[in-house]
Amino acid sequence: MAIGDRRALFQSVVETALAAGDTAQPEVVESALGTPFLERKVSLRARNVNVFYGEKQAIKDVSIDIGKRQVTAFIGPSGCGKSTFLRCFNRMNDTIEGCRVEGEILLDDEDIHAPEMDVVPLRARVGMVFQKPNPFPKSIYENIAYGPRLHGLAASRADLDELVENSLRRAGLWDEVKDRLDAPGTGLSGGQQQRLCIARAIAIHPEVILMDEPCSALDPIATARVEELIDELRERYTIIIVTHSMQQAARVSQRTAYFHMGRLVEVDKTERIFTNPAHELTEAYITGRFG
Amino acid sequence: MSKKKNKPLVKRRAIREAVLHGLARRRRRDRLLRLAGIGAIVLGLSFLAVMLVSLVSLGKSAFWQTHIRLELTLDPARLDPQGNGSQASLAAGDYAGVIKQALRARFPEVRKRREKRELYRLVSSGAAWALRDQVVADPELLGQRRAFWLLADDEVDQWFKHGEAGGVRLSERQRHWLESLRAEGAIDTFFNWAFFRNGDSREPELAGIRGALAGSFYALLVTLALSLPLGVAAAIYLEEFAPRNRWTDFVEVNINNLAAVPSIVFGLLGLAVFLNFLDLPRSAPLVGGLVLTLMTLPTIIITGRAALKAVPPSIREAALGIGASRMQTVFHHVLPQALPGMLTGTIIGMAQALGETAPLLMIGMVAFIVDVPQGFTDPATVLPVQIYLWADSPERAFMERTAAAILVLLLFLVLMNLVAILLRRRFEKRW
Repeated sequence: MAIGDRRALFQSVVETALAAGDTAQPEVVESALGTPFLERKVSLRARNVNVFYGEKQAIKDVSIDIGKRQVTAFIGPSGCGKSTFLRCFNRMNDTIEGCRVEGEILLDDEDIHAPEMDVVPLRARVGMVFQKPNPFPKSIYENIAYGPRLHGLAASRADLDELVENSLRRAGLWDEVKDRLDAPGTGLSGGQQQRLCIARAIAIHPEVILMDEPCSALDPIATARVEELIDELRERYTIIIVTHSMQQAARVSQRTAYFHMGRLVEVDKTERIFTNPAHELTEAYITGRFG
Repeated sequence: MSKKKNKPLVKRRAIREAVLHGLARRRRRDRLLRLAGIGAIVLGLSFLAVMLVSLVSLGKSAFWQTHIRLELTLDPARLDPQGNGSQASLAAGDYAGVIKQALRARFPEVRKRREKRELYRLVSSGAAWALRDQVVADPELLGQRRAFWLLADDEVDQWFKHGEAGGVRLSERQRHWLESLRAEGAIDTFFNWAFFRNGDSREPELAGIRGALAGSFYALLVTLALSLPLGVAAAIYLEEFAPRNRWTDFVEVNINNLAAVPSIVFGLLGLAVFLNFLDLPRSAPLVGGLVLTLMTLPTIIITGRAALKAVPPSIREAALGIGASRMQTVFHHVLPQALPGMLTGTIIGMAQALGETAPLLMIGMVAFIVDVPQGFTDPATVLPVQIYLWADSPERAFMERTAAAILVLLLFLVLMNLVAILLRRRFEKRW
């Protein structure tokens, strides 16, 4: 099928969905939960999650399992709710006025939205890297050391130095900054800043790292560096990455979830999604080059 | 064919001409706007220059004070009535008598009582006290005969500084005596330390701003100690923690309204609450500071909130995402970023408070107070009120003192704003 035809197909599907209103949301196909995991390989388990911004519902009844020590990519057109859903996993939505989350998200069988769950230890377990690199306006060293100090992870100055060095090494930034740890983190290049933010996230040894379009503000070379890094980090961490670039999703992830208008349309192994999607919306999206 | 080709060309030329025509008009408007802007600035600056020039030309003479040189005989019989040289005895001496005697000796032709009284009036009543302090501090002076520079009366001072235009209340005879003193170089001006050392006085030559400065200092200290923590805490709570609902909207509207309330209303509030209800002392810097706190608080809260709002939300997300509590986020990351803005707002609020007069009139800080206040509850006045009091006085010498006090007030305001700028630079330079 020519690209033009694909585009037309996607358009028509979307238009039918829009014309029919809320009732005709893209129907979730049977394989929405994808190839099942072994129980012990599940890191995060979301069940019937709904998110509201005031009256508006941004996420509609999403259930998904996130595998341990692998990269899961969330893709979908702009405004489909993938970032909103990502921010449920470390309760960053709490900071948004009027945002309400329903349903259940389990991290090691603990409901992270339970009233007795404290967000501080939760966020120590579920780290986050944001769209725009946001280092603290402090030195490179302080940027990394802040988290461990906050959570009391280093007993001594030597411990802390080691932790900072390890984190920077793992983020592939050590060789570039080891001579100027006292220089401001905001003085680094965009790609370096983003890797600094990743180093900052892994300095507190999280189990999960959430990445919200981590490369959208970076040039192709810096993007390649960060993608490489994500691939390395997969050995130790569960990673969820929201991305607009399908190539990126194909390159770095093992599983891909396609979101559309607040619903999870389909999730499965990445190669399956990109070669043989089960849902026509997914197919229209991944082949139609909609960004 | 050629016709067809030419047609769009003509059209294009017409469009270009229209654009050029419009361009000239646009440029003219640009120039006009720029000229208007420059004109406004020039006008503003020239008003400022006129004000400063007139203040300096009026006030500069107040920093110099006229003195008269007289040969004094420090007769122990007069100055040490108990004859034992003790402090108490020396303090009880008749120093005014010594000065009068010297004046009589200098002008032996003066005989009549009325003329004598006129002669004595050339020297300020403060001269005798100054002489007493000098002798008590150094009893060795007793019995000596030497020249002293004695503080002249304010009329003499004005006459010496401004010629015939000054000293309008001097008589013909007094002018004559002064001329002869001037001829022998026995009148001169010295730097007016008393202006900075003394409190207020009925005698212009003795009046100083020390009392008002101390009053302003204590009042501002109270204001700062109360309004800074309260204002910063309120700003942090409203901006970082408070939920957005009708109740906080109501609070916000009221804070903005408070900033626009005429200051005299705060004075009345202070009178009703602090003086009448809480029974705090009248005219005290403590109450003045409380009233000024009410006034500066909205300013500090509003500027503080603006400074907090200007901190990029990505910093908050970064800190929260790493597991900092909201409190830690605010105190480790947001507040340090907002501090320069908050400090600037605070200092501008304090500068406002320093220049405030109206609310302090209501709580009795307008009283005539000679003593320099030693604490927060002593009766005091403040610099702008002192200016108001002096501007109201009929003596000519008070006019230049008014201008001089305004200069001192302006100096402090400039200094405070300078500190605000420096602090801002210093904190912002960090990254």
